[in-house]
Amino acid sequence: MTTFVPPKQDFPLLVNREPIVYLDNAATTQKPDVVINALVDYYSQSNANVHRGVHQISDEATGMFEDARKTVAKFVNASAPDQILFTRGTTESLNLVAYTYAPMVLNDQTTVLITEMEHHSNFVPWQLICECMGAKILAVKVNSDGTLNLDHFRELLTANQVAIVAINHVSNVLGTINPIREITKLAHERDAKVVIDGAQAAAHVDLDVQELDCDFYAFSSHKMYGPTGFGILYGRAELLREMGPWQGGGEMIKHVSLEKTTFQEPPHKFEAGTPDISGAIGLAAAIEYLAQQQSRGLSQFEGQLLSYATDTLLELDGLRVIGTAPEKCGALSFLVDGTHPHDLGTLLNEQQVAVRTGHHCAIPLMEALAIPGTVRASFGLYNSKKDVDRLYEALKTAVRILRK
Amino acid sequence: MLHDLEEIQESIQFLSDWEDKYSYILELGDSLPGIPDAERRPEYLVEGCQSSVWLLTEYDSVEDILSLRMDSDAHIVRGLIAILLSVYSDQSPRDILSFGITEFFDELDLLKHLSPIRGNGLRALIQKIRSVASQYHS
Repeated sequence: MTTFVPPKQDFPLLVNREPIVYLDNAATTQKPDVVINALVDYYSQSNANVHRGVHQISDEATGMFEDARKTVAKFVNASAPDQILFTRGTTESLNLVAYTYAPMVLNDQTTVLITEMEHHSNFVPWQLICECMGAKILAVKVNSDGTLNLDHFRELLTANQVAIVAINHVSNVLGTINPIREITKLAHERDAKVVIDGAQAAAHVDLDVQELDCDFYAFSSHKMYGPTGFGILYGRAELLREMGPWQGGGEMIKHVSLEKTTFQEPPHKFEAGTPDISGAIGLAAAIEYLAQQQSRGLSQFEGQLLSYATDTLLELDGLRVIGTAPEKCGALSFLVDGTHPHDLGTLLNEQQVAVRTGHHCAIPLMEALAIPGTVRASFGLYNSKKDVDRLYEALKTAVRILRK
Repeated sequence: MLHDLEEIQESIQFLSDWEDKYSYILELGDSLPGIPDAERRPEYLVEGCQSSVWLLTEYDSVEDILSLRMDSDAHIVRGLIAILLSVYSDQSPRDILSFGITEFFDELDLLKHLSPIRGNGLRALIQKIRSVASQYHS
């Protein structure tokens, strides 16, 4: 074990809501006081609209806002901050690519590849735009252990004129870490662009968009200890330049006239209207906090905690882990023979253990695995072995009640 | 066999331990007549529930009675459905609509996390029943 100690005391909600064990981090994470304080400080000291003020507070807010962009760029190792677009979250980031980039390459000859393990957010936007453009959408199969079927991926890549591959970095249900580097390499050999849904990866995996060699990478602030309603889209510089704007409005224009409006350069071209300034500042604080925890050995600890949780839960008679890929992080999904996930979730809640049950916004995956849903425990940087033990004990009690 | 409403109320108030309350609710679920697989058709699924909940209704216009058959694949939900049925069985649409179901569950002394009104999956079912009842209530 590493010497990393989960800093539960940094998270006011966890302290205030003791003895709740919070294991729904794949849905959203709690916020450390440094993030909450960053929001309070911003609104108490520096609140003004950005990019257009002549006065000092606006200058200050603009500085903080653009510094946040630099912090995010460094976090994902983008080559320049203007490759970082601010959005409302992963879903909006993916929709932005679907509605601005995809129409340039989709037609009745081309195909979008997704996978069976996509969250609906990386499924429905593509379905909608493919319908619009007359393009095909095909799903890569998932193996029974929760890994991606790479042979099927290669097959679909060869048999179709694939323009876009849209895939998650980490599955929100299975916890599988997908081999993105290999996927981008194969896709680029066929001239397809790769869009990554990184919502479940950002809090757990060291991100390096240059190393991954992806064309777009989307993630959310609220799943990595930052404020809700804020997200990121990284894009390759030349693609962002080619893409037209999505939403029109203030902030994104250079000049407006009745005949012709000209637009700002990226990233501002894609940020119509007054942005979520506090969201950017809060996310920057979250990134700094997360980096600090990572320097203390968080990643290694999280790996060990997930293994410990898996081994512990498997001691329970009739428990089946859904998703046993060798490379996993974050989420642990399971079913217990003879019980319904919703009943287990209800009885865990009664014992102050917060998990998620159901299809986790991945109905196609549930159908592919032929299961009604799962119970999902998902871990954050404040979860300890003690939390896992509480989950195990509560689960034992739940199963005992249900099997009576 | 349907349980008598008063019997349910008394039993739940008598049980003080949360585990015992759940065990009782599960027992109620076992006594639910249920809906066989053949009739568990997609068109009878109630949308918006976290587990699968089926609702079949039949209106007897001569007697002015709305009969309900309900089931779920989740065991605790089946128990809650049994309580709902004890309230709603053999009632006219008018009685169903005028019954204060929220107050009823508030007073039932169920566990605070378990009230069907709190959105653990039965809220949509109750809304559906009420909307069917309003179709037959002029």
